[in-house]
Amino acid sequence: MKLGFLVDLNLCMGCKACEVACKVENEVPLSSWRLRVKYIDIGSFPNTTREFTPLRCNHCESAPCERICPVSALHYLENGIVNVDNSRCIGCAGCMMACPYGAIYMDPETNTADKCTYCAHRIEGGLMPACVVACPVEANIFGDIEDETSHISRYIMEHQSFGGGVQVRKPEKHTSPKHFYVGGGNDSLNPLAHERIEGYGLFNNITHLKEIGDPHHSVLDRFLTPIFGAHHDHDKNEGFIDMPNSDKHESHEEGGH
Amino acid sequence: MDHGTVIEATKAVVTLDVALPGIIWGWMITLNMWAKSIGTGVILVGAYLLYRHKKEDMPNLRWLMPLISFVALNVFLLFTLLDLHQPLRMVNIFLHPHWTSAITVGAWMASLFTGLITIMALIGFFDEFSDVRKNCAVAKGIRGISGFYEKVFPFVVLLAFPVTMYTAIIMAEASARELWAAPAESIQMILAALMVGSASLILIADKWSEAARKDLAIILAFSVLFSFIMYMAEYFFSFKASEVEATLEYVHSGGEYFTQFWTAMVLGYIIPFFIAMGSMKVDNRVLMKFAALTTLIGLYLAKSTWLEIPQMLPLS
Repeated sequence: MKLGFLVDLNLCMGCKACEVACKVENEVPLSSWRLRVKYIDIGSFPNTTREFTPLRCNHCESAPCERICPVSALHYLENGIVNVDNSRCIGCAGCMMACPYGAIYMDPETNTADKCTYCAHRIEGGLMPACVVACPVEANIFGDIEDETSHISRYIMEHQSFGGGVQVRKPEKHTSPKHFYVGGGNDSLNPLAHERIEGYGLFNNITHLKEIGDPHHSVLDRFLTPIFGAHHDHDKNEGFIDMPNSDKHESHEEGGH
Repeated sequence: MDHGTVIEATKAVVTLDVALPGIIWGWMITLNMWAKSIGTGVILVGAYLLYRHKKEDMPNLRWLMPLISFVALNVFLLFTLLDLHQPLRMVNIFLHPHWTSAITVGAWMASLFTGLITIMALIGFFDEFSDVRKNCAVAKGIRGISGFYEKVFPFVVLLAFPVTMYTAIIMAEASARELWAAPAESIQMILAALMVGSASLILIADKWSEAARKDLAIILAFSVLFSFIMYMAEYFFSFKASEVEATLEYVHSGGEYFTQFWTAMVLGYIIPFFIAMGSMKVDNRVLMKFAALTTLIGLYLAKSTWLEIPQMLPLS
């Protein structure tokens, strides 16, 4: 059994139900995400289109994060899922540096690496991942890609030969992702094909996290917290992000992309 | 937002997304690499000098070489630990090693290397200062194994090569950052070690023979020259990979990293090269010390730039 994921971008309407379901199911902390839906606008008014691209871990067959992890915190399950064992993670962030898809984050509550596991805990219990259940248009298709009769296998076979075909992100990285897209184009799947212009965000101007992991987790805390426990209020979101119009705001431009 | 901005019809613009991570590996990792280069560099350059010259030509080398290495390696290990988000779990690298990871292999090698250097530093120190702790049992014991220094030294020199280079393999394993390629980075790591190894030894070479100091100048001149050539080739002619091009655009387009990169090139490479070339003809200790200091500063800035710019690229 090799579990895979497919998103039909022709169906996705950017409702973010999958994103919310993932947050709730996995208790993903503020400033972090396992699954997100990115909006991209193409063209000039009035000839514009908006594309939605759900982005999550690709569960690569040759996963750079698994290879670089010094303690096997990131490891393969028998069903092909790249799982993460938080209790073993040392927080070196090597996986964040290795993942070509930017799918791994440093959990600000545990200060360990975390990412989408295709809801491995739900699958173990015979359930579908939370994002699949939440999708109102069944754009998320999940199943065994080694079983040619599975829904995902048939979907891949049906769409391979026409339209844009079935695509993966960054095939040139030779990571053999097990996450596929139908109806995607260079604009939606290649991060270098679109720009992030300051001030063009729909709801905010936040472009970069100020800190990786817990912003209140000082060097001293890193040693003391495992022994004495955390002493600060985790509910405060201040400092996680660059807030626009804040005195502390520092602009981190991403020039040229 | 400037509402007068015109976006070309063919261009795609991100209009809603989460905040992306900024710099993940920052100044601590830069310091880590810089200190490791000194720690292994003094051993590599010291070994070459001991092969070429008599010990009497470099009277303080036997004890200061491992001592400098010891201090630098401890700085390297300290900041490696501090950069971890769960530093107390560092022990997992030894309890649950994952051998495909260059981080694991490097940690084991660096720990062994540091252990051996510690012994060498202790032997070197107590041999040099024979009056210190004369009656102490530990000092006596260390003086009793004085010959171990020379026996273990060839192995330490051999080990210094992979310890120097393994960070390049970590960077290569960070496959999201195409700027870092294993062949180029491995050579850059060795050249960096020779640069700061010779620079560190220049600072303690006042009483050395002229021939030994000339060798230090030669090593410094050629290591900065070759490293500079590699940086220039990568900076100007990395045409093949679109991600590398996009990364270098951050430097090419000016701004903070542009200033930092060229300051690094001037301080760490151009100034030391010309001073070292001059010192091959006419020995000038003051100028060579100045070159050594600019090399140390320049290398830190160069490493910092090269480490951080690929992290500016959005991956998704």
